[in-house]
Amino acid sequence: MSDISQNGAPKRTGSLLSKDARTAKRNRAESRFKLYGILAIAVGLLMLVTLVYNIVSRGTGAFTQTFVTLEVTLSEDKLDKKGNRNLDEIKKVSTFGYAPLIKDAIGKEVEKLGIQTDLPAKKQAAILSKSAAAQLRDYVIANPDKIGDTVEFRFLTNSRVDGYMKDRVSRDSIANDKSISPAQLDFVDQLVAEGVIVKSFNLDFIFGADASDQRPEAAGIGVSMIGSLFMMLVVLVLALPIGVAASIYLEEFAPKNWITDVIEVNISNLAAVPSIVYGILGLAVFINYMHLPMSAPLVGGLVLTLMTLPTIIISTRASLKAVPPSIRDAALGVGASKMQSVFHHVLPLAAPGILTGTIIGLAQALGETAPLLLIGMVGFIASNAPDSVAGGLLSPNSAMPAQIYEWAKRADPAFYERAWGGIIILLIFLVTMNTVAVILRRRFERRW
Amino acid sequence: MSFVKLSASALAIAAVSATAAAARDQVQVAGSSTVLPYASIVAEAFGENFDFPTPVVESGGSSAGLKRFCEGVGENTIDVANASRKIKDKEIKACAENGVTDIIEVRIGYDGIVFASDIAGNSYEFTPDDWFLALSDKVMVDGQLADNPNVTWADVNPNFPAVDIQAFIPGTKHGTREVFEDKVILAGCEHTGAFDALLATAEGDSDKAKKKAAEKACIALRTDGKSVDIDGDYTETLARIESNKDGIGVFGLAFYENNTDKLQVATMSDIVPSTESIATGEYPVSRPLFFYVKKAHIGVIPGLKEYAEFFVADEIAGPDGPLAEYGLVSDPELSDTQGAVADEAVLGGNS
Repeated sequence: MSDISQNGAPKRTGSLLSKDARTAKRNRAESRFKLYGILAIAVGLLMLVTLVYNIVSRGTGAFTQTFVTLEVTLSEDKLDKKGNRNLDEIKKVSTFGYAPLIKDAIGKEVEKLGIQTDLPAKKQAAILSKSAAAQLRDYVIANPDKIGDTVEFRFLTNSRVDGYMKDRVSRDSIANDKSISPAQLDFVDQLVAEGVIVKSFNLDFIFGADASDQRPEAAGIGVSMIGSLFMMLVVLVLALPIGVAASIYLEEFAPKNWITDVIEVNISNLAAVPSIVYGILGLAVFINYMHLPMSAPLVGGLVLTLMTLPTIIISTRASLKAVPPSIRDAALGVGASKMQSVFHHVLPLAAPGILTGTIIGLAQALGETAPLLLIGMVGFIASNAPDSVAGGLLSPNSAMPAQIYEWAKRADPAFYERAWGGIIILLIFLVTMNTVAVILRRRFERRW
Repeated sequence: MSFVKLSASALAIAAVSATAAAARDQVQVAGSSTVLPYASIVAEAFGENFDFPTPVVESGGSSAGLKRFCEGVGENTIDVANASRKIKDKEIKACAENGVTDIIEVRIGYDGIVFASDIAGNSYEFTPDDWFLALSDKVMVDGQLADNPNVTWADVNPNFPAVDIQAFIPGTKHGTREVFEDKVILAGCEHTGAFDALLATAEGDSDKAKKKAAEKACIALRTDGKSVDIDGDYTETLARIESNKDGIGVFGLAFYENNTDKLQVATMSDIVPSTESIATGEYPVSRPLFFYVKKAHIGVIPGLKEYAEFFVADEIAGPDGPLAEYGLVSDPELSDTQGAVADEAVLGGNS
């Protein structure tokens, strides 16, 4: 290996304090190598910083949203013509029936503030989100006794106005745009000056449901977050016991013969199988054969369980192997049975490693989209919040990475901003999970 | 041990959920990514205005959607397939083999296909001939069929700038591709005389077979990298154009109208694409959009018929509805469609 051993140590001449040419060369080689190492880390860090900078700078916009505060008169002759407050009859008025109320409300506001504008009423109302009518209708159905009153509402503006407030949209960029005109932006400026339009933190982005292509301003990641949560629950409840039981048996009890060798090779192989394959399997087995519902977090969780199992088994076996045989021998020596030695001594000592492996496996499953494509969890899935929680594992739901993918595909640039915002939330989850894994390992790991 | 308890409860959950397989109560839709925005707008409004849950709408392309649609009848198959083209006889047959016999076809309106380049790039005024000459595998050179020699747009048409041809067209799993082939490439093929030359050399037993072979040869595109198939969505085409300012992409009208700050649209045969010029039929490259409903699921899946009726209702698909606002060209014969949906009229007309 070293140069010295080749043909005996070269004769050293001169003082030990002055370096000869060979030593200087070796020292130079070492410092060069150190430099390469530092450069490699620097490149890695630079990429990380660029990535984080890009994500944060593009995504933070999704956390604020532009709102308009208006007083809406819930007039009886539009919402409840018979005046008997019969909920079934009130429900017959569709969201389209609520649009005139909003138009009147904005007209009144303009009159009250004395804003001079030539904009026709329909165009004035067009700066509001299309979700406004649905928001009104939900309120009226929840509070039918308020019909006839004037109630203050906080509506979203549409995505173009929101983009204008966030400097994404300018008068130049809308030159060919049919959905907004410069006159409408002037009107927005007037309302901003009066404090009717304000930009503030948008909790609905974190807790809300997805919205259709026409109202990106109303879309939120909350429901898909619940979907991801349900799936992780299924993965944890299934993959952890199955994985740990399998590894304990393979590691501690199974005889070493060709069958266990084949199983071992196959487990390693499964860990490397592309995740989309598990999606195809899930579609064939869970949906077509077992008739579980499509788009359900239960099926997603089962598919991800299959995907996570090899990871958990491999890391569990590694941490079981790391427990020194002397512990087992000591337990057996004082009269414990094989099972007692495993459950009372080996398993507790291996637990930190198992937990770390499980958390990393879960984090991997959390960021997975491909297998979900085939079982119907990628698409427009907007169950409203209470339904999606109450429906639990069987009601249709999306997952965070699937939701991000879906947003990135849509036409309106406002969805693009939300996709980046979604990435921030997903990253926060992943970083938290991985940090917990590191902390657990640091605190409980024992070395022999 | 807690592990024992955990595994016991896990097994219990798995057992319960496997037997539960509760009846699906939401409508399940899949198919064309062009129809997806419209379907999601309708699904959202449907969820808001009815007591039924919001339908789940997936995309993936017309062919992929119809394939899933034809997988069979039952709760584990989709109820509605969105398509940006008509269902093919082959697909109807495949459906029938799997027991999907009564299919309700619903035409929701028309959609334009536009050609657009980067806002900072060159602008173009195309005719179908230009596209045929730019992208076809074989074109007429001096009266003879030859491998396509055109390298730049200026080779195609002297009025165009001398930039390399780089076109991003929808992949074959998209219904849009078929319209592009039919309305643009085939039209150019016939007009430039290549069709006749191909017909003369076409093989086939009958005139009809020959014509079919010639048409097939017409729409064969060059494979030297000038024409790139995009299997993803329009956002991918947009990203390609943003990184290659000379590229020209094929988009849906609604997508273009949402991205007017990044794209400039090309005229086709001197007509600027818009919902108006498509409605009058002046703009040549447009196609009807459809969705297909399994009649066997009506009455089984709650809200399915209501969803279909709501989709084509005047307040949704009419000229002043939200779909038209988003870029759909509303169907002048919408009231006929409404009647057909109400009567549950199936393809083929029997029953």
